[in-house]
Amino acid sequence: MSVKSLEDLKKIKEEALRKREIRNANARAHITVAMGTCGIAAGARETMKAVLDAIEKDQIAGVLVTQTGCIGLCEFEPIVDVQVGEETKATYGKVSPERARAIVTEHVVGGKPIKEWMITR
Amino acid sequence: MLRELALHILDIVENSLNAGATRVTIDVNEDTPADRLTIQVADDGRGMDAEMVQRVTDPFFTTRTTRRVGLGIPFLKQATELCNGAFSIESQVGKGTTVTATFQHSHINRMPLGDLPNTILALVVGNSHADFVYRHRLDERSFEFDTRPIKAELGDVPLSEPGVIEYLRREISDSLAQIYGI
Repeated sequence: MSVKSLEDLKKIKEEALRKREIRNANARAHITVAMGTCGIAAGARETMKAVLDAIEKDQIAGVLVTQTGCIGLCEFEPIVDVQVGEETKATYGKVSPERARAIVTEHVVGGKPIKEWMITR
Repeated sequence: MLRELALHILDIVENSLNAGATRVTIDVNEDTPADRLTIQVADDGRGMDAEMVQRVTDPFFTTRTTRRVGLGIPFLKQATELCNGAFSIESQVGKGTTVTATFQHSHINRMPLGDLPNTILALVVGNSHADFVYRHRLDERSFEFDTRPIKAELGDVPLSEPGVIEYLRREISDSLAQIYGI
């Protein structure tokens, strides 16, 4: 890691902190992508990539993205959990990269969950 | 089946994280004069005793309670065996585990390395509680990507901020492009 590269990072950090001040605090969302062997075999890395791409391209701040293991619903992989603010967590199944992108745009940003892609237990 | 070695790395590291690892080192070593490709994942997770190390290559063994079959390690072991390679696990309870997979680099059955930048990115961003070191060597050229100085600089700014994702992606892709001379 070069010094120049860490200087770039410092600028990115300052920018993120500046944006945080003007952001509405309750807009925070949490996205979890399941990445057990079953998820990976079903394409979870591409799902994760689509989520990160959407955040990067649309400059969506304040979204926490985490990875988890197998949750025992292997036949529905790739699985993505979305929690926006204090809402109940939504579990989406068979999340292709296209679906992942739509979930970020419509649910995380737009606040409208996509019911037909959810897993109902 | 996983069709890229990068996906196997993702899977093996997932085991490390499930074992409570806080630091994972991923080494990819391409030695073309020796025609060897070595992938090593070392963690500081809870480790395994000798009996468990024996059992993890059995597809019908898993530590998980959500599903009764563990295919990740048996798949990778089989992939090495199809490519004049070898597979080994060294582990010590309380210390950690090191998984090593070697392949004949030029072997016709050897899977491509695949999308390493997006694999490392997924791991780093998706597991911000853990630190990662990714080293890649291609003959005399190599680089090392370490999340520790990055996190020290970022403080409490999350890795999933748009600018940070872009930065991480560029750091990893550019370093890899450099050693491949592209």
